[in-house]
Amino acid sequence: MSFAQLTLHEAGAKLRKRELSSVELTEAVFQRIADTDDKVHAYLTLARDAAMEQARGADKELKGSADHAALLGVPIALKDNFLTKGLRTTCASKILGDFMPPYDATTVDRIRSTGAVIVGKTNLDEFAMGSSAENSAFFPTSNPWNLARIPGGSSGGSAAAVAADLCIAALGTDTGGSIRQPAACCGIVGLKPTYGRVSRYGIIAFASSMDQVGPMTKNVRDSALLLEAVAGRDPADSTSADLAVPRYSAMLTGDIKGLRLGIPKEYFVSGMQREVEQAVRAAIGKLEKNGAIIEEISLPHTEYAVAVYYIVATAEASSNLARYDGMRYGHRAAAKDLIETYMISRDEGFGAEVKRRIMLGTYVLSAGYYDAYYLKAQRVRTLIRKDFDAAFKRCDVIVTPTAPTTAFKLGEKTQDPLEMYLSDIYTISINLAGLPALSVPCGFDSEAMPIGMQIIGKHFDEATILRVAHHYEQSTEWHKRKPKLEIQN
Amino acid sequence: MKYESVIGLEVHAQLLTDSKIFCGCSTQFGKEPNNNTCPVCAGFPGVLPVLNKRVVEFALKAGLAAHCEIARSSILARKNYFYPDLPKGYQISQYELPVCTGGYVDVELDGKVKRVRLTRIHMEEDAGKNIHDAHGDASLVDLNRAGVPLLEIVSEPDLRATAEAGAYLKTLRAMLQYLGVCDGNMEEGSFRCDANVSVRPEGTETLGTKIEIKNLNSFRAVESALEFEIARQIETLSDGGKLVQETRLWDEHHEETRPMRSKESAHDYRYFPDPDLLPLVIDDAWIAQVRAPLPELPNARKARFVNEYGLSGYDAELLTGRKDVADYFEEAVLAHANPKALGNWIVGDLFRVLKERKLDEQLYLARWPLAALNLAQMVQMIDQGKINGKIAKTVFDAMLDSNKTPQQIVSEKNLEQLSDLGIIEAAIDQVLAANPKQIVQYRSGNEKVLGFFVGQIMKATQGKANPQKVNEILREKLKP
Repeated sequence: MSFAQLTLHEAGAKLRKRELSSVELTEAVFQRIADTDDKVHAYLTLARDAAMEQARGADKELKGSADHAALLGVPIALKDNFLTKGLRTTCASKILGDFMPPYDATTVDRIRSTGAVIVGKTNLDEFAMGSSAENSAFFPTSNPWNLARIPGGSSGGSAAAVAADLCIAALGTDTGGSIRQPAACCGIVGLKPTYGRVSRYGIIAFASSMDQVGPMTKNVRDSALLLEAVAGRDPADSTSADLAVPRYSAMLTGDIKGLRLGIPKEYFVSGMQREVEQAVRAAIGKLEKNGAIIEEISLPHTEYAVAVYYIVATAEASSNLARYDGMRYGHRAAAKDLIETYMISRDEGFGAEVKRRIMLGTYVLSAGYYDAYYLKAQRVRTLIRKDFDAAFKRCDVIVTPTAPTTAFKLGEKTQDPLEMYLSDIYTISINLAGLPALSVPCGFDSEAMPIGMQIIGKHFDEATILRVAHHYEQSTEWHKRKPKLEIQN
Repeated sequence: MKYESVIGLEVHAQLLTDSKIFCGCSTQFGKEPNNNTCPVCAGFPGVLPVLNKRVVEFALKAGLAAHCEIARSSILARKNYFYPDLPKGYQISQYELPVCTGGYVDVELDGKVKRVRLTRIHMEEDAGKNIHDAHGDASLVDLNRAGVPLLEIVSEPDLRATAEAGAYLKTLRAMLQYLGVCDGNMEEGSFRCDANVSVRPEGTETLGTKIEIKNLNSFRAVESALEFEIARQIETLSDGGKLVQETRLWDEHHEETRPMRSKESAHDYRYFPDPDLLPLVIDDAWIAQVRAPLPELPNARKARFVNEYGLSGYDAELLTGRKDVADYFEEAVLAHANPKALGNWIVGDLFRVLKERKLDEQLYLARWPLAALNLAQMVQMIDQGKINGKIAKTVFDAMLDSNKTPQQIVSEKNLEQLSDLGIIEAAIDQVLAANPKQIVQYRSGNEKVLGFFVGQIMKATQGKANPQKVNEILREKLKP
């Protein structure tokens, strides 16, 4: 067995007991990448030299004492929309080219200060816009469970890297499901924290009112550990909450007796893959058997979520992406005047999906359309949030499928953006409401593709969803299966 | 037909905070290009704005001084447009729910008070500067100014004449200077003005077609541009022409306004609330905290100068128009309680010096050419009869930039007034003996000759003779 297969928790324990050095572990991860990433294509940029340097530093620190941060010496992968000082950051877009960030994102800074080793930057849909990682300007990433399938998106590179043991754990971002849906597709755990729980400073913005950083890991305990390391108030992010961060990893008690699980009827409807529904219902049955109480609930405005999301998110994106104008950094086309410089640079630099969303967002904010689209969407967004507030009076967590289907084939939906958008129907309401939610493996379909269960919590109650997910995970064997990195037809 | 003009002004006042509105960069003027920048104000990927608390306090100061309603919750919004000096592709400003609404400024003109209502005051960030023609074919961008905090102060269309607009601007500027929130320097661009102007037949209520004028960089430009534009509009209408709503640029060189863009080609700024910034919540405690130490404002100070010091309204206006001048005056009065004489020296001689040296264009004089204390002592010497008014002019000029007290100058130059009757009498006798013809003229009724004698006597005493004494003795001696 390669050390690369270790979980964060296991690796940390071995490092602290000095059964394993960070250099050995990091070398094992890079060996695994050398052996298999030409099949998976999880990474856009590797930072081998810097990583080995960090590993040597971690080993020195590990010699000093046994009392160390959980991440010290552990190789971590970062989605390529985190700014990393001195390490190329592309957001999978040509418009950023070989952009070399002058500063670290707050979360990267926190990861570095724990002594973790940064392996490299993982692939994503350009500007995190997509559900399959196929919108990357560089190359698509494959699903380790079947290389002919998508890994999900937008954090597809991070999900595939975790599933294929190309890192010990990874960070992703989630604006409409971009952590949870790829986690479900790749059979790993992915957590989107409450909006405001983790700093957004230094994350390349897509939709500012929904973007959130979160862990993508091999099991639930690892997500708890990684969240502890990055969460908490950041004075550089006005929307980050000034709340103490619990020690999530110490709260995984396994106890779910009397816990009320809300099951929203609007989430179990036609259009979803039968095996997904069966697996999630079976998982709910298991939780009930283990002491949880099932409550049928209703989230009546669910059907509007996709429409609301694609108005609010594109409006914000159209403005957030205006800075990529070829003036100060990134791609600039040779052109005859200013207007042409803008037009050609942006035409050459952005991919089709990004352009589509910039146009949508520009349209919904335009004079004469603002009230009918943006303003109305914001009102419906409030209704969606109120649905959850009402539901959480009757339950402690809400359980749903993470995605309506398992991972589809590469190229299957690239010609149909609307079909692609529906991959996120179960995840986007949660971003609109700002709630925490995670995806945990709950089975496989007949083609051996992983299925994910989504557990949604109250605002800033990540502890409870982690506890439920951990309980479920420990009572199943799903997380112990490993992908074969083969093409299956 | 007689027309009346309707004018509203939009003022952009750069705030005197040490750091920018959304990052920690310095606001210092005149640094090397792009030295006062960081990833936040240069619009790098991933950056987020954090609102500078001082900017809010300055907005509150201005809002309270102008009797505005303070919004308990206000929204920062994005104004989207592309331009190289706008690094994020949007300006963070306020649109719906600005921090201050309503309010007014009382403006005095020709002894009458006019109340000019305000629409709103809001906070926003300044853009950088494009520099053309400095580097071959390329234009360069300096982002030092990007993110410098501004207040936009919008008046209602309450102004009816060019002179009113000028008086309003001066009053507003003085108010902001008194509050210490803006240095008011139009030439350096820290106090900028756009004007909205329309005309309508006198006695009608409907507003005419509104024209916006930009690029008004001085009080003179504001008044000249308005004069030009009002005349142009009246002429167009009188000739049966039609006006189109547009933005025009003031061309100082050619003294005319020229079309910049029409309403049809106006930008759609796609304003929406900035999701990176939470609504700005201002509670009563914060308002009270800002209100308590608000300084005495120009109008109040002017009234006090009239009542307390017995100055004319005109002199009080001149002395309180600038806070530094008013402070200077009061420092002098504290040292020597002759406000009228001190006021005259300041408004007359000192203002002349400031103008000659172009110091009147600077708004906060850190170093005066003449210390207030020295001016006070000089006036005291006059009042004590130690020097006369004429000698005082010499002393005044000698004190400029010298750091010397009037006593030092008087003794160095031996300028002390002659009151020794013996010496004065001797000088008079000498002058009379030398001019017998003029004595005859005087005695035959030509009183004017007296001035001639005084002049000769002053000359003989190097101007130091006490003029009162000279007069008395001379008249006595000339009696037939």
